[in-house]
Amino acid sequence: MMDLTSLADFGLAWLEASGPHADIVLSTRVRLARNLQGQLFPTRARVEDREQVYAQVRQAAARTDTLQGGAALDLAALRPLSRRILLERHLVSRELAGTDSEPPARGAGLFLGPRETIGVMINEEDHLRLQCLLSGLRLQEAFSRVDRLDDELGALLPIAYHHEAGYLTSCPTNVGTGLRASVLIHLPGLVLTKEIGKVLQGISQVGLTFRGLYGEGSEVVGNFFQISNQTTLGKSEEDLIDHLQKIVGQVIQYEVQARNVLMRDAPMVIEDKIWRAYGLLRFARSLSFSEVMNLLSGLRLGVSMNLLPGLRVYTLNKIMIYAQSAHLEQAAGRNLTETEADVHRAGYVRQVLSNEGDVRSDGSATGGMGEKQR
Amino acid sequence: MLCDNCGDSEAVIHLTQIVNNEMTTYHLCERCAEERGLEPGEAVGSLPLTDFLAQMGKSSPATGTGSDAGPCSFCGLELEDFKKTGRLGCPQCYVTFDAHLRSLLRRLHGGTQHVGKVYLPPDPTKAERQERLAALRRKLDKAVAGEEFERAAQLRDQIRALEAALG
Repeated sequence: MMDLTSLADFGLAWLEASGPHADIVLSTRVRLARNLQGQLFPTRARVEDREQVYAQVRQAAARTDTLQGGAALDLAALRPLSRRILLERHLVSRELAGTDSEPPARGAGLFLGPRETIGVMINEEDHLRLQCLLSGLRLQEAFSRVDRLDDELGALLPIAYHHEAGYLTSCPTNVGTGLRASVLIHLPGLVLTKEIGKVLQGISQVGLTFRGLYGEGSEVVGNFFQISNQTTLGKSEEDLIDHLQKIVGQVIQYEVQARNVLMRDAPMVIEDKIWRAYGLLRFARSLSFSEVMNLLSGLRLGVSMNLLPGLRVYTLNKIMIYAQSAHLEQAAGRNLTETEADVHRAGYVRQVLSNEGDVRSDGSATGGMGEKQR
Repeated sequence: MLCDNCGDSEAVIHLTQIVNNEMTTYHLCERCAEERGLEPGEAVGSLPLTDFLAQMGKSSPATGTGSDAGPCSFCGLELEDFKKTGRLGCPQCYVTFDAHLRSLLRRLHGGTQHVGKVYLPPDPTKAERQERLAALRRKLDKAVAGEEFERAAQLRDQIRALEAALG
């Protein structure tokens, strides 16, 4: 099987920074958890069972319009670097990616459609995890796409479904619709104005939950928050999606308000913060990934507020992905120690910014409080 | 884990609070939680799954509501395994542990009845088609009301196909 992860932009259509609010909402993801009737759930299944599920789903996937002509990746057979790359591109979960020393159990797979924004993880916690990943805030669209794939697969596979509990899942927190809709949202304004606590608390009071960049249990990095529905049973898919859409819309409003307050009360502090971030990224010789993420947060804020003319959100999205360690190792063609990776990372960021983000230093959109006054 | 407050009883309530942007997690025993006005039965709506399970493990022998279902006939999973891992073994577990799951689902989701998409299996029966059709019509009404025309068109196609299949 061809190693598709070596293709430079495999599975990265969601980076294009195209959807609505793409400066604030990095991506939208909708996933549906499904299991096959008469099979043990993956965590309890034997290797033979898991491999049978993989084969059965693969056969069905090849007959769907959505996945036909796409890629089928047998994760247990992939080299560790490729698995890390898939994880860094948000195409598989940590569980499915395994680790360098411990590959995922046999039968773990990822099928991706030819347009790459839609796919199925096989033998994760559930037999099938259908997911659609889109750029910007596009919940309805992501749901529609994944729902269509679910119809296609459901017509070919016997899915575990109960008239009362709905779609049956390994963990009862997913039962019913099996739907988890989430948006990855950038909230520096709320963090800087220290309003974020209130907002997050509000979110958890209306049946939503928040996480860090890489899903469950992960840390909040670079002011990115993942907001998703908490419950999956007792409401229709459309209601869950609508509710999330409405609340995310409000959070965006709060974020915009917070930014306006910052620009009204402390414009120089904000501009300075953004330009310092730019300066460090543009010229530093060694950068850790969390440092890059935090500095990119400043740049994203700057681009979003038209303070860094010429720099595009897409460029920032790209850096977020390619400045991660597996991507740097892939580019270097060898393993890198942490220190080496920091140097490679800084080199990569400098190069990208000099090629597609060389902002003129008087590029201030607030009337040139910088150079022009001199 | 012992209670953060009294330090001598097992902590059963794990509460995460965000105050002034500081996230703090408290681990409290039942008595100290009660003193702080945290009723295990009420505050529970926002707590993660493992805490529900810890609670179930604690309260069921005392109240005697736990049914001794025995292991799942299909996969052999014991209720104790589920309480430890939070993962069920197979679809049949939902039937085997119905009594336990029902109260858990109510606490987790606020309900036990699925009202979303109705699964249409390969070679569906007439009843399955009709149930699916009813669900699709509900969705269509909602899409039209919400002026989601692309979604409505998609649903209309599905409804027509099903109606044709039903004759």
